[in-house]
Amino acid sequence: MATETLTAAATAGGSDPRRRRGGIRSNENLAGWLFVAPVIVILGLFLLLPILMALWVSLTDWNGQGSPFTGDVPFVGAHNYTQLFTEDGLARRDFMTSIRNNIYYVAIVVPAQTVLALGLALVVNNRMLKGKSFFRSAFYFPSVTSSVAISVVFLFLFANSGAVNALLSFLGIDGPEWFADSRGVLHLLFGAVGVDSPPAALADGGPFGLTWWDWLAGPSVAMISIITLVVWTTSGTFMLMFLAGLQNVPVTLDEASTLDGASRWQRFRHVTLPMIRPTTFLVLTLGMIGSWQVFDQVYVMSQGDPAKTTLTPAYLSYRTAFRDFDYGSGAAISFVLFLIIIVLTLIQRRALAERDTDRPRRGWWRRRVPERS
Amino acid sequence: MAVLTDRPAAAPARRQRRAARTLATRFLGYATLVFFGLVFLYPFVIQIGNALKTEPDAAANPLSPFPDPLTLAGFERIFAGTNFPLWLGNSLLVTVLVTIGRVFFDSLAGYALARLRFRGRGGLFAAVIAVMAVPGVVLLIPKFLVLNQLGLYNSYAGLVVPLLADAAGVFIMKQFFESIPVSVEEAARIDGASIFRTFWSVVLPMAKPALITLTILSFQGSWNEFPHSLVSVQDPDLFTLPRGLADLVSGSLGKGTQYPLKLGAALLATIPVAIIFVVFQRYFVRDANDGSDKG
Repeated sequence: MATETLTAAATAGGSDPRRRRGGIRSNENLAGWLFVAPVIVILGLFLLLPILMALWVSLTDWNGQGSPFTGDVPFVGAHNYTQLFTEDGLARRDFMTSIRNNIYYVAIVVPAQTVLALGLALVVNNRMLKGKSFFRSAFYFPSVTSSVAISVVFLFLFANSGAVNALLSFLGIDGPEWFADSRGVLHLLFGAVGVDSPPAALADGGPFGLTWWDWLAGPSVAMISIITLVVWTTSGTFMLMFLAGLQNVPVTLDEASTLDGASRWQRFRHVTLPMIRPTTFLVLTLGMIGSWQVFDQVYVMSQGDPAKTTLTPAYLSYRTAFRDFDYGSGAAISFVLFLIIIVLTLIQRRALAERDTDRPRRGWWRRRVPERS
Repeated sequence: MAVLTDRPAAAPARRQRRAARTLATRFLGYATLVFFGLVFLYPFVIQIGNALKTEPDAAANPLSPFPDPLTLAGFERIFAGTNFPLWLGNSLLVTVLVTIGRVFFDSLAGYALARLRFRGRGGLFAAVIAVMAVPGVVLLIPKFLVLNQLGLYNSYAGLVVPLLADAAGVFIMKQFFESIPVSVEEAARIDGASIFRTFWSVVLPMAKPALITLTILSFQGSWNEFPHSLVSVQDPDLFTLPRGLADLVSGSLGKGTQYPLKLGAALLATIPVAIIFVVFQRYFVRDANDGSDKG
């Protein structure tokens, strides 16, 4: 996540300002390679090599028996990829369902955790409040705990007779059976306005083998509980990033705009928000990259059920390989997911690199604020 | 803007309004803090409370943190009726080995990338940055393939060795070593100390804060690690805590919901990280601010 410093360092390359001269480092070349050797071996053997192996397996129909690198394994070319996109069948339907689920998941998780993190950061950053460091730790603590352990807690919270439904019944609401409820939230909303069954126009013919009605289901009730868990665990981390960003907003700037008669909202909207724009961008992109990787929670809480509405590409690739023993197809799903995440990462790094080279915002308040006062 | 028109007369009233507003803000601020404090901490309170309840009590009063009657039956069953002790042992072993390995190997590599000038260094560092962007979940099948091929599947080696180094740790150490003044090392080197000796006895002691950060991150990361154990072992004797916990929940235990037991097991798995979090909090916070990712 150190992407900001990271890109800066990466672009700086190997140029070392402290050039030392003299004959002491005659064997520095050898020492350098010896020092990095363990890391190269481990990362090479368990990261790069496996990716290449999986790339090969994704072109085969290996079923887990014997070695995938013998002549006995049927080579199928790009078939595992094409069946995800162009061939009508179960593989494409499951994959597209997982993509749909994850899109809704991203669409809720990313804005929710960003707004919550920013809100928490603003409160914790308030100079007038005491005991902030306790609350800062409290908000952050869920982020450092085990995803599996936390999922167990949330399974209990969202159980049929669990804490969430107990809380809802205080408000007179009859809570759903969270993990058995596959109804999409958008479908429920349509139902609330009288559209219970798909209108003829949406009943079939949607892209990639799912009907328009299916695409428009929204996250299922079960998915909502996973979304709640994830927003709850990740907001703390992003709050700390926002706090770091807020600390770069000069106090004098805030005071100057107060003297100008700017309201609290105006100050937030026209001073704070523009100043922390880079942090917001970082949080949004990191959130998107992270949300495409949701796996542990799905594994522990729902295993893709009910009715495949919590299936995500990450979990589907696991399930296809290790439960259905279709390693080729599972690997192909992994690589499509890899592609999605890499594209998001590249967009992020490109944008951050651009920001580092020209900073249009830096002089902004110096120019504007004095004019107004 | 209206304030500017008749400042002298309006000043006291404005001050009063301001004081009232400050008070209101402060009240609102505390209310928000307490509300969200509850949102973020109460689930843990519920977890502790319900782990000490009987099963019917947990089902009937899930919101209440007070067990009635209080019972340790859940915990007794964790130790008597599940493989929890075994998982705990495996987790400890994996965590200790991985943490030692990461701290040592990542510092070595970080030091070389920061200080030693050798051919290919720039390319290697670019590779480290690239590796950091590789998402863990797409490595599930690849890791299984390589462990299977190397005959490490279903072994302690398979559980530990792939985690012994991580790109993010190398990155953290490199950044830190670059911030240390170079003069001390030069003095040592001129005195005739070897490169490793200089690294080991001169540079490393100065890198204590970064080493503590890396130790904590590695501990937390490997203690909580779940997907890797999922694709590297299958034998229940090799399960780590998160794996065992996941297995417990997905129902190999059968009969009933057994929430007190499950919550208790999850609680025990959380405690070590919680202790470390409380003691070394500032290192956690700094990490999040630098924003280094698990890689």
